[in-house]
Amino acid sequence: MGRNMLDVAVKHAFPNFQLDVSFAAQSAGITVVFGESGAGKTTLVNILSGLTRPTEGRIVVGGRVLLDTQLGTDLSPDQRRIGYVFQDGRLFPHFRVAKNLTYGYGRRRRRTERRITFDQVVNLLGLSELLERRVTGLSGGERQRVAIGRALLTSPTLLLLDEPLANLDLPRRRAIIPFIERLRDELAIPIVYITHDQDELIRLADTVVLLDHGRTVASGGLENTLSRLDLGGLTGGIDAGAVFSVSVAGHDDAFGLTKLNFDGGELVVSRLAIPHGTRLRIRVRARDVALALEKPRDISTLNVLSGKIIEMSSGSGPQVDILIDVGKPLWARVTRKSTADLALAPGKLVYALIKSVAFDRFVEQS
Amino acid sequence: MSWWLSPNEAEALLLSLRVAFWSVLIGLPFGIAAAWLLARRTFFGKTLFDSLVHLPLVVPPVVVGYVLLITLGRKGFIGGWLYDTFGLSLIFTWRGAAIAAGVMSFPLMVRAIRLSFEAIDQRLEVAARTLGASRIDVFFTITLPLALPGILAGIVLAFARALGEFGATITFVSNIPGETRTLPLALFTFTQTPGGEDSAIRLVVISLALAIAALIASEMIARRVRRQIGS
Repeated sequence: MGRNMLDVAVKHAFPNFQLDVSFAAQSAGITVVFGESGAGKTTLVNILSGLTRPTEGRIVVGGRVLLDTQLGTDLSPDQRRIGYVFQDGRLFPHFRVAKNLTYGYGRRRRRTERRITFDQVVNLLGLSELLERRVTGLSGGERQRVAIGRALLTSPTLLLLDEPLANLDLPRRRAIIPFIERLRDELAIPIVYITHDQDELIRLADTVVLLDHGRTVASGGLENTLSRLDLGGLTGGIDAGAVFSVSVAGHDDAFGLTKLNFDGGELVVSRLAIPHGTRLRIRVRARDVALALEKPRDISTLNVLSGKIIEMSSGSGPQVDILIDVGKPLWARVTRKSTADLALAPGKLVYALIKSVAFDRFVEQS
Repeated sequence: MSWWLSPNEAEALLLSLRVAFWSVLIGLPFGIAAAWLLARRTFFGKTLFDSLVHLPLVVPPVVVGYVLLITLGRKGFIGGWLYDTFGLSLIFTWRGAAIAAGVMSFPLMVRAIRLSFEAIDQRLEVAARTLGASRIDVFFTITLPLALPGILAGIVLAFARALGEFGATITFVSNIPGETRTLPLALFTFTQTPGGEDSAIRLVVISLALAIAALIASEMIARRVRRQIGS
């Protein structure tokens, strides 16, 4: 297994539900555990934090064994040093913000265990204005920032975020995500981020763990995992698509366009107000990709990428999902009729056409 | 008629306050423990335990007084042991009156505290555990402070009930001036004595004032604490 930052392998049996999850993260960074409700996310979180004891399993964080049912090791929640941020914040109503923040800090008695200071956390999360406030007067976004700060001040060896944005509206989510990215960049601790939101998955994940009906159906790097055709149904039927890590290669001010580079090619999109060199993740939805057998001429579409078909979905529905290697895995969703008319099959060279306005999501990466 | 208390009446009032104070102080830890058990635990015999706690509320106070007399009296199995070991006698003393008042007011105290334990969001306690607090730590830093409105209400109710205790007290520790003659006992005595009407009226007014003050205080404290913990 090597020295992973995080090793998890747990099984838990409920009367009518089986959880069997295993994944690893090699370095600090964000591991997004993604799944629909009922996939077992909450159970997994409770097992990680020590609130539920699994039937069998092993959890190792940074070389420290938190749970090993074979060895009989099972640290209680207060000994695990996992910073757990709950979906609903769970701030203590009888304390002001500052005292909420220091609740866990004061309980790390040994100085050597304190790896982060109060001031660092306050700066990192922008909490200085809130310290004297009562918890009941905070907005949803402020509450979650305080909750994250409170967890961080326990100097955790793992930060566990359980759908921290689920109860927030869109503007508040947008406001809080940069803080989570700062945690990733400035703290050398692994972060496990539970969500069922695809945008959060694409924006935050370094490593992805896909859960379905209590099982890990896939885990690994973001791009590779999301490009797996057999996971199409899980990664979102409506929004199925490929994720590209790109960087801004230049702007064309005359026509209001921006060029994006990725390993193996270039994409042209509508002008983005971000500087040259910025790295981003973009999503190309399968339904926005059309296929041609010959390189089209005299066509309005600016992005034409060539590549071989790797894989095609089987099934009897009217549509077929096709995975094409254009230097990166790219998905196209076409009708079964077109598949037959063009005699599409794995190994065949095709041209993928993507309209420049079709990139619906641009997410800044630091 | 003078509104000033005679020395005898003042003595009864002070004695009552002292008895009620100690009855609440001694009863409180047990009240919190019983309320916590009833609110948070399931165990064999819980229903029986619940009934026992509530018994003083429904049993004639004389019965409670008599049970105390035969268990805590000098020949009783607890009272005898207390006397032989510590030389402590409860019968016919103000301490015994405090015990009687404590037992009689116990159910009221437990009910108020139990309700507030039940109203606490237990997910907050779980959160505290993940922040590194042990169970006992969580109890004292999260559970108890959040239950404070109920605890204060319980204290005030129990205090008011203890001030008014009559039946169990007179049965257990009798009606000794200066030792066990509390406000209600003094009032009873005055009503039985020719010419005691003025004294009786004064004690009635005081009893009413104390009871009303206690209820108002309880409500004010609860409101204030509720605002503070924001629930």
